[in-house]
Amino acid sequence: MKTLGLIIVGLVGAGLVYATIDFPPFGDPKSPASLHVSPRYLEKTVEETAVPNAVTSVLGDYRGFDTMFETTVIFCAGVACFLLLRIPRRRSSGPRQYRHRLTGLTFRIKEGGEIFLPLREFEPVDSIWTPHDFIIEKVCRYLIPFIQLFGLYVIAHGHHSPGGGFQGGVILGASIILLSVSHNLRTALNRMGEKISALFSPVGVFIFAGTGALCLVLGYRFLDYQALAALLPGGPIMARSHGILLVEVGVGMAVMGTMVWIFKNLASRGRYDEGL
Amino acid sequence: MEAVLNLIIEKYNYWIYITLMMIGLYAMIAKNNLVKKIVGMNIFQTAVILFYVSTGVKKGATIPIIEHGHDVAHQAVRAADYINPLPHVLMLTAIVVSVATLGVALAIAIKVYHRYQTLEEDEILEQIREL
Repeated sequence: MKTLGLIIVGLVGAGLVYATIDFPPFGDPKSPASLHVSPRYLEKTVEETAVPNAVTSVLGDYRGFDTMFETTVIFCAGVACFLLLRIPRRRSSGPRQYRHRLTGLTFRIKEGGEIFLPLREFEPVDSIWTPHDFIIEKVCRYLIPFIQLFGLYVIAHGHHSPGGGFQGGVILGASIILLSVSHNLRTALNRMGEKISALFSPVGVFIFAGTGALCLVLGYRFLDYQALAALLPGGPIMARSHGILLVEVGVGMAVMGTMVWIFKNLASRGRYDEGL
Repeated sequence: MEAVLNLIIEKYNYWIYITLMMIGLYAMIAKNNLVKKIVGMNIFQTAVILFYVSTGVKKGATIPIIEHGHDVAHQAVRAADYINPLPHVLMLTAIVVSVATLGVALAIAIKVYHRYQTLEEDEILEQIREL
């Protein structure tokens, strides 16, 4: 298998290297990819959509269908992970373990046992040894709000600087994943529960498709945002800009929800306990 | 000699992506462990993403954000001054989708591990044959 693999890889690689002879040189402004459709996007984006960032305008407006179905693919991946892994929680009656937050001692409660101390000071854990690092917990605790603020900025400022729904959504999702890595999955679940993350991804797709359908209702084509000029101030060109923002918010929600959802399912093997 | 040097300077980026892609392809074909196969698939995807982004490069051009502001006079945009936005758009979505599909692949790997208690391909095939 190994030699056969090497032979196949060598042949395919040689064929591909041979094909590069016909490719345009690296960084060539006259390469075919840069001559046909992209100059139009660059020249008309401010004129037609009032969005200086050509990537955002192409993503949200000129190629809106592509982006809409990419979001749908992400949502489908989230659902697939959920269906593959999620195990419904059974009422646990066996022995449980709790860690005293202040001392770090772990207690084992026998079946049917009760804790009489204030439960606030204890947190449920699943294994005897769980990493409990003061510095990492505190640093992440103070870092996460700023990461989330930056994620919101990246979504909202995608029209004028590098950014947009996908990037901002991934940053927001990563902040929740950081919380569950630095503390444990239960802490993250208390902040953003399973239902919320599972709702975020379809709601994001719905916002995207709903914006398109709204244009349809207002008498224009699907995802033709100038229809929104009837509802928003600023005329048809600004309406395109606002429409792209709406769509980006939808994309951000879908990406954030799905990333967190997939991570929760993978990290706890669908049991939603303390995770990694 | 100069022709060869020119060829290398013009095409070396493609050769790097082909090397990466072949590493990924080899991992997918020859590795026995399912997680290593998934990692190979991800390397393959990364090579494709790098290839796309490099087709958008134009020498001497800047990021595809049209110069704007209150004091910048509105003038005609020259497309040669900005790199091609199209590959960036396509790869932007492809990166996030590749992360999502990686999640699905890992979920399936977890399921396989649950069922067969191993991720080695030959051991799994053996267990299937025994059934």
